[in-house]
Amino acid sequence: MNTPDPRPESLLPLPPATFHILMALAEDDRHGYAIIQDVAARTGGALKLSAGTLYRSIQRMLEQGLLVEVHERPAPELDDERRRYYRITAFGGAVARAETRRLADLVRMARASGFAPEGA
Amino acid sequence: MRGSRAYRALLRLYPASFRAAYGAEMCAIFTRRRRDASGPFGVLAIWVDAVLDTLRNAAVVHWDILRQDLRYTVRTLRRSPGFTVAAVLVAALGIGATTAAFSITDHVLFRPLPFKDPDRLVGLWQQESFRGGGRSELSPANYRDWKSASRSFQSVGALWTISKNLSGAGDPARLDGSAVTAEVLPMLGVQPAVGRLFTAAEDRDGAPLTLVLSDRLWRARFAADPNVLGRKVVLNDAPYLVIGVMPRDFHFPTRTADFWTTLQLAPDDFEDRTDTYLQGLARLRPGVSAGQARAELRGVAARLERAFPDENAHITAAVLPLRDLVSEQSRLLLVALLGASLCVLLIACTNLANLLLARGLVRRKELALRTAIGAGHERLVRQMLTESLLLAAVGGVLGTLLAIGAAPLVARLVPTSLPIAEVPGVDPRMLLVSALFTIATGIGFGMIPALRGGRHVDTDSLRDGTRTGSSRRAERLRSTLVVAEVAASVVLLIAAGLLVRAMWRVQAIDPGFRAEGVLTLRTALPLPRYESTERRHRYYSRVVADIRALPGVENAAFISALPMVWRGGIWSVTIAGQAPEVPQDSRQASLRYVTPGFFETVRIPLLRGRDVSDRDTNDTSAVAVVSDSFARLYWPGENPLGRRFDFALQERTIVGVVGDVRVRGLERDGSGRERSSEPQVYLPARQVPDGNIIGYVPKDLAVRSSLPPGALIPALREIIARVDPQQPISDVQPLADIVEAETAPRLTQVRVLGAFAAIAFVLAAVGIHGLLAFTVSSRAREIGVRMALGARAGDVLGMVLLRAALLALAGVALGVPLAFAAGRGLQALLAGVSPADTATLAAAVVLALGMTLAGSLLPALRAVRVDPNTAMRAE
Repeated sequence: MNTPDPRPESLLPLPPATFHILMALAEDDRHGYAIIQDVAARTGGALKLSAGTLYRSIQRMLEQGLLVEVHERPAPELDDERRRYYRITAFGGAVARAETRRLADLVRMARASGFAPEGA
Repeated sequence: MRGSRAYRALLRLYPASFRAAYGAEMCAIFTRRRRDASGPFGVLAIWVDAVLDTLRNAAVVHWDILRQDLRYTVRTLRRSPGFTVAAVLVAALGIGATTAAFSITDHVLFRPLPFKDPDRLVGLWQQESFRGGGRSELSPANYRDWKSASRSFQSVGALWTISKNLSGAGDPARLDGSAVTAEVLPMLGVQPAVGRLFTAAEDRDGAPLTLVLSDRLWRARFAADPNVLGRKVVLNDAPYLVIGVMPRDFHFPTRTADFWTTLQLAPDDFEDRTDTYLQGLARLRPGVSAGQARAELRGVAARLERAFPDENAHITAAVLPLRDLVSEQSRLLLVALLGASLCVLLIACTNLANLLLARGLVRRKELALRTAIGAGHERLVRQMLTESLLLAAVGGVLGTLLAIGAAPLVARLVPTSLPIAEVPGVDPRMLLVSALFTIATGIGFGMIPALRGGRHVDTDSLRDGTRTGSSRRAERLRSTLVVAEVAASVVLLIAAGLLVRAMWRVQAIDPGFRAEGVLTLRTALPLPRYESTERRHRYYSRVVADIRALPGVENAAFISALPMVWRGGIWSVTIAGQAPEVPQDSRQASLRYVTPGFFETVRIPLLRGRDVSDRDTNDTSAVAVVSDSFARLYWPGENPLGRRFDFALQERTIVGVVGDVRVRGLERDGSGRERSSEPQVYLPARQVPDGNIIGYVPKDLAVRSSLPPGALIPALREIIARVDPQQPISDVQPLADIVEAETAPRLTQVRVLGAFAAIAFVLAAVGIHGLLAFTVSSRAREIGVRMALGARAGDVLGMVLLRAALLALAGVALGVPLAFAAGRGLQALLAGVSPADTATLAAAVVLALGMTLAGSLLPALRAVRVDPNTAMRAE
């Protein structure tokens, strides 16, 4: 029904929650609660995704083709059967890289304009 | 676990599909968070967080789905433009008709009058306590006594509808207005736009004459000049001081009033208690009901009846809310209109439901495919509701525009006798109503197919080779809807047909004169300038002589009031020595003064004797020309010429007999009792007594000529201006228009109801066509097999047509009894046409059958053309 636009740039700029979820999934497949924990740890507790924000972001990202749900699961004793696991797609990776590039460019321009943060 | 149950309930704000996918995990996360929270405040914070989070994100998820569904809907609708256009048009017609009918009904019947606390405004009437309780206006003396004796009212006033000649500001003109006591305008609670209202001192007898203008008159005659205050304006030769201008949307007591002046009652106005002409208006004290006020006034009236047993015999009081002065016929008509529009809406909704059902069946494969890739039942229902709501919304916008466009036609049903504007403005309430109808329509016609389509998706549909036929139950539902449509359109056809018959019946009534070729106009002769009968005679003679000299003019004459224009002037008749065979009630006749030649001008046949003559003056014996029914009533089978009778304060001798005319109009007199006009008595214009008897002075001119009105009118104006340059001319119209105006309200009724019936008719035909077209295409294989097995084209044609005929007959069988009930409800509008009128019923049934045939023709032909090979290979 939704044919994703093949150009990663078409989804930029990414909502912060989306970008964080992509980062959380960069190395490992994770379930929802693990994503929340990962984001909180990465940001030093500054960003705690709520359940609603997390899952409606995930739903949209699934439709956009940034994520897929994975059906092979960890060893049963480690798994809670209610959990669904998500994996970043190649397209998801491309979008994350495009967003990083966009932000990096932005930071470079800001620095050139004399907006270097103190101590940096 | 109680907390988690509450959280699960909270999650119901999300769409079911979202809940199904993520609900369990969200609950788990919530439980874990709550477990980790410390202290009651921690738990509270978690809950507040959860509620806010759910509200925000549920809205986003819903919005996401709606956007998806809308995109999808627009794409699919674009692929089937025929369906889309049909659905939108059908919705627009239904919503437009209902909105138009509702806004006009609301405007006339329900909306409060545009005055302050309108519920407490009442009209006061004298009412006969016998003979059906006819209402009449008040006499000045009764008004005065009721006012001083009653305690129920905060304020009581009186008014009198008047017409006056305006001169001195542009062309002389005849204007309608109202003479009011000082209480009346303040009672309504409307402030003047400019200046002030009347003071109590100004309605005393002999006080200086003052004038308040309507906004319309102020703009038309005084160029909206704010300095108009203090100007003198001449009405009927008397100077009036302008003291105020009312706001634009002020209409009182009727829509046509252009000015207000003070009602100054002189002492001798109070002498005759039987001379009733004042409209009483009062404001109830807070907390007093109209019923309580009536009870009090009835006590007062009973005392007055004892005090004045002759004049006030059988006179009691009526107190009616001002809002209820809409006539029974107008009310009935508007209710009928509302009913008709609901019928149209119902038909439109059924049609749409049918269109969508058919579409849902055709789309079964697509729906099955979507189910297979994981779309839940709820998502499909939601998708289909979005589709129907979108169609209804587009139809609603179109329908509202339609309703606004139709307002001028429908507005002609607004009676002029009400203090409200002609066309209801487009107000937010009307838009709200059409929005409601739109949503109701969308849900109404979307729900059935959505539920059916959503529930009965079977994945069998995916396999190739499955027949695309419809299930028997769906077919039955669709047939039922079509039968309902046919029934509703039969009801409307019969109702409209009955009104057409009623109009024809009234149009066929012989008015008693020949109106074609007669032009009429009014030269209201102002008093006191024309108080003298001889002075008026000179005016008539010169005007009539000059007009008769015009080439192409056959004849011309004056009368005090043309038939059907003024319904009053009824006097009682006394005949010395007459045996009392004629009941007292019937001893009445209408009085008109005429100049010689009137009967010939309008072709009222002279049956015996002679016309009035210029030699009949106040110095010769008083003579009269009477109508045939008058002569037959009092002297049946005898020669009436030379007989005498007492009438209008004098004894008169009959010198001629003429044919009867419908003085009071073509129809019954509005009281609901079938009653033809009273017998007529015509007296010579030169025998009008000198003095002030406004109503009877001949002023209406009738001219019979072969000239077109466009050529005749300037010549008449010139002649009248030559005889009296200050004399205004008003009410220029062909006599035929006056007769036609008698049936004009009926024509409007027929047009409006006819339009509704036509819409319903077309919609029902579309419905039948849609159903049969669908049946034929879904049964193509069966038809193909039959034809391969040797069925002839005629058999196939017969099969389709038989089905159409069965649907139509079922609809007619259901519709006719309903129409009969509706017709009985409309009886007061039917001028005696029976609600079971055979011709109308037959015509409606034939039309319904014809419509069925027309609707089924194309599908039937398509069935005949089914090629057995193609039909079977397609499977």
